[in-house]
Amino acid sequence: MLGDYSLGDLGAIFAMQGFAGLILFSVYVLMALGLAVIFGQMGVINMAHGEFMILGAYVTYLCSTFFQTHLPGLFGIYFFVAMILAFLASGALGMIVEWTLIRHLYKRPLDTLLATWGLSLILQQSYRTIFGAREVGVELPSWLIGSVQVTDTIEVPINGLFVMAITTLITVGVGLLMYRSRFGQQVRAVMQNRPMAGAVGIDTEKVDRYTFGLGCGIAGVAGSAFTMIGSTGPTSGQLYIVDTFLIVVFGGAASLLGTIASAFSISQTQSTLEFFLSGSTAKVLTLLAVVGILMVRPQGLFTLKVRR
Amino acid sequence: MAADNEHGPHSALRRKLLMGLASIPAMAMMPRSAFAAAPPTSAVNTTGLAVTDTEVTVGILHSATGTMAISETGSIQAEKLAIAQINEAGGVLGRKIKVIQEDGASDWPTFAEKAKKLLVNDHCAAVMGCWTSASRKAALPVFEQYNGLLYYPTFYEGLEQSKNVIYTGQEATQQILESLNWVTKEKGAKTFFFIGSDYIWPRTSNKIARKHIENVLKTKVVGEEYFPLGHTQFNSVINKIKLTKPDVIFTDVVGGSNVAFYKQLKAAGIDLSKQTLLTISVTEDEIDGIGGDNIAGAYSCMKYFQSLKNANNEKFVAAFHKMWGEKTVIGDVTQAAYLGPFLWKMACEKAGSFDVDKVVAASADIEFKEAPEGYVKIHPNHHLWSKTRVAKALPSGQFEIVYESPALIEPNPFPKGYQ
Repeated sequence: MLGDYSLGDLGAIFAMQGFAGLILFSVYVLMALGLAVIFGQMGVINMAHGEFMILGAYVTYLCSTFFQTHLPGLFGIYFFVAMILAFLASGALGMIVEWTLIRHLYKRPLDTLLATWGLSLILQQSYRTIFGAREVGVELPSWLIGSVQVTDTIEVPINGLFVMAITTLITVGVGLLMYRSRFGQQVRAVMQNRPMAGAVGIDTEKVDRYTFGLGCGIAGVAGSAFTMIGSTGPTSGQLYIVDTFLIVVFGGAASLLGTIASAFSISQTQSTLEFFLSGSTAKVLTLLAVVGILMVRPQGLFTLKVRR
Repeated sequence: MAADNEHGPHSALRRKLLMGLASIPAMAMMPRSAFAAAPPTSAVNTTGLAVTDTEVTVGILHSATGTMAISETGSIQAEKLAIAQINEAGGVLGRKIKVIQEDGASDWPTFAEKAKKLLVNDHCAAVMGCWTSASRKAALPVFEQYNGLLYYPTFYEGLEQSKNVIYTGQEATQQILESLNWVTKEKGAKTFFFIGSDYIWPRTSNKIARKHIENVLKTKVVGEEYFPLGHTQFNSVINKIKLTKPDVIFTDVVGGSNVAFYKQLKAAGIDLSKQTLLTISVTEDEIDGIGGDNIAGAYSCMKYFQSLKNANNEKFVAAFHKMWGEKTVIGDVTQAAYLGPFLWKMACEKAGSFDVDKVVAASADIEFKEAPEGYVKIHPNHHLWSKTRVAKALPSGQFEIVYESPALIEPNPFPKGYQ
């Protein structure tokens, strides 16, 4: 298929393809970060992760309609407000869920799977009742639409760059929080040895609640950002959940770096294969590769060395 | 409806008797013609359907919950509107239609189970329902086994014809061939790039499109790509489109993927006013989620668009908005779902009976002149003769019709040379 093209054309396509891979990488990292915190740090299998994302998306939708009708002058910056609100809304819901549901199930990790699966169904139906079964369209400020013309032939989508920026910001933020702050130290301590952490005076219940809330909040921001590239409907969260778990498990559950590495390798494989083969085949080959690697390294790409 | 069943048979019987007694003096005053409209139940129902002297039961079977609720809500609304209008005008064979609605919950085995309930427990004279091909395939054996009657509203891949189903949407050749001819003639298209979701409908539709392009139009398909349902990342394939520079992008992507695809197409700088895109999977319903700005300029081919100009459609749109709200949009399938109850009513009246066999026998060549899409006629193969239209998406979320097939297109669910 590459025979009839000039070298310049090919160069441009490969450059754009490189960007496509990077954008996919940021999307994957953003999807998986919240889950990496919850599943990786707390060991809770949160099947409702997608629904927390969609809550963020709906908050963005509400914001966009609110700004359009009441503050049209500020419409250009509504997206930032929306993302903060999305973080707060999903985070708050996450803490409520942790308090009412999850904290009773820490000793029964498989039951959290069922409980959060049920939660995801409840949330989906609530969205359907509140916002209607149809997908909603989220209006974007005009500066987020279109693409940057880098050269004559290379174009890069602006919303892709925006997602990349957000992802970098949040990843750095989470990294600092987890590995450079007192809170992060406590989270890691609780994860490694719950009774011991309690014995040295860490309020483990509070740490759990905030960690879960943080994970859900990040999911909310991700959902908010994804209104630019995907659909917002009651069941849209289901579109992300499989890929999200795939990335976190492949990366090694307890490692932030692992999540990033795994998102990078999966996204690059996926987008390169998609370019040369057809979409479905690319997905199959990517999954096969992941299965193969997990057979050799069941603990994922990166793991913490913990004495048990 | 449930409240009615809570009374015991005793009280219901007494109520009916009392009502009957009360009406005796009134009956004496009625002119003879009043009775002509409602033939006796024993004559119109010889197969044990749920028909009384005043009522006939019809089922509605769609997903009100789950993934498919996005699409099927419109069909439920249209069918309820049609039934309300029929009841207002006096019902069918003098009987009001009573609706029993069941939820298929976007789960195919549930469709089969609920279909059985509607036929075996409720003895529905007809069922308006199913949306995806998968749900129809699941429910079909039930309708055939218990000799039910299904009105199926969605445009679909064809390759099916059942005695127990009337297909009120288009089959694939009706939808596709005319629009390919149009785009070739109007835009001088020589090369096509196919993008679809990976399941039976897009694959069959694209197969038909490819045969037509290669064998009849003698032009070329330069790419054919399928993505798993729910796929949300299209940047790679968009680059491939940029590389192959096709004259026409031909898409049948569905569901949430659809939204992602058009948003990313727009973000990648593909301008649909310059790049021709022809889709067979986007109606006004989908644009709601995609956003009018993201898809403006694309061409969609369907048999019906809300903006269609004719007196029938204006009445239909007004009535639909009155019942379901001004903002509700009406897509192709919604209109096709609206046809079901009317086609059934006319077939019953032609047959003079609710019995499924007689209604089916009477169905062929039924004409519906008040159809919002203009005029339809049931073909002996249980599909509808209908026109195909090509329309351009506008930023407002509506379509501007740019082409209409001059004549009704014959449905051909088993097209020779296209399989």
